[in-house]
Amino acid sequence: MRFNIIPIIIIIVFTATFIIFFKGLKNSNIYTPNVDLEKKVPSLVFKSFDTNLDIISENIFNKNKFYLVNIWASWCIPCRDEHKFLMKLKKSEEIELIGLNYKDNNKNAQNFLGELGNPYDKIFVDKDGTSSINWGAYGVPESFLIHKNKIIKRYIGPINNRNLIEIEKIIK
Amino acid sequence: MRLLHIFFIIVLIFNFNLIKADEIETENKIAKNLRCLICQGQSVYDSDSEFALSLKLVISNKISEGMTEEQIYSFLKKKYGEWILYDPVLNKNTYFLWLMPLLIFLVGGAIIIKKFYIRK
Repeated sequence: MRFNIIPIIIIIVFTATFIIFFKGLKNSNIYTPNVDLEKKVPSLVFKSFDTNLDIISENIFNKNKFYLVNIWASWCIPCRDEHKFLMKLKKSEEIELIGLNYKDNNKNAQNFLGELGNPYDKIFVDKDGTSSINWGAYGVPESFLIHKNKIIKRYIGPINNRNLIEIEKIIK
Repeated sequence: MRLLHIFFIIVLIFNFNLIKADEIETENKIAKNLRCLICQGQSVYDSDSEFALSLKLVISNKISEGMTEEQIYSFLKKKYGEWILYDPVLNKNTYFLWLMPLLIFLVGGAIIIKKFYIRK
């Protein structure tokens, strides 16, 4: 009896280790951010791009419409890639595009919009990045689809054609 | 009287420095316990990415607003999920992680005691 206990323990430990590693095999080792964390629109104060006035986030999304909050910057290369899709989205009546200018220089931002066109209905400024953190964003570019004060979809990284089709499907 | 005034001001300035130093210390402590989400393998404290810089700013704002360390952690957990905290929370995915050292300790102790008694 005494001599049997050690092999049993060894077998148990090995099986347990095997099971854990085997389960771990299937897990992806690439971290994918949880895209549906906080559903409600966070309550924040934004600074307007051209008038420098403070606006509370609840007052921005109060219409019975879809909103796409897009965080962008003139220094962000992927933002250039997604810009043409935002311009396409602008043509839709059901959606309002809200830009959040992230850690940018006002003049550069103006030039960026002058060069590529302005898809946004409203633009707000996040000079030091704190509004984005309080919003729960990772960085630029990032987009949030909002309906009835709820975040229904989140796109981390530039919007591509597939995302555009998906958004158009949702807002129809 | 004048000397007393000067002395008072010096004491005041000295105390202000202490308060500020305390704030910076907690700020750094919090930043060290947070994972920089867009730069894997680095804490927010170590990173110089835009995300980490803004997050550090938010932390110092929250501290000066009077939020405690725990409140800041729970705020960030709500925004970014548990992954942002380096310390894993005890749940069904991590209970093994937390119980493993205890288990090893108990099994090891059992083996030692067993051996001790066998020799006797």
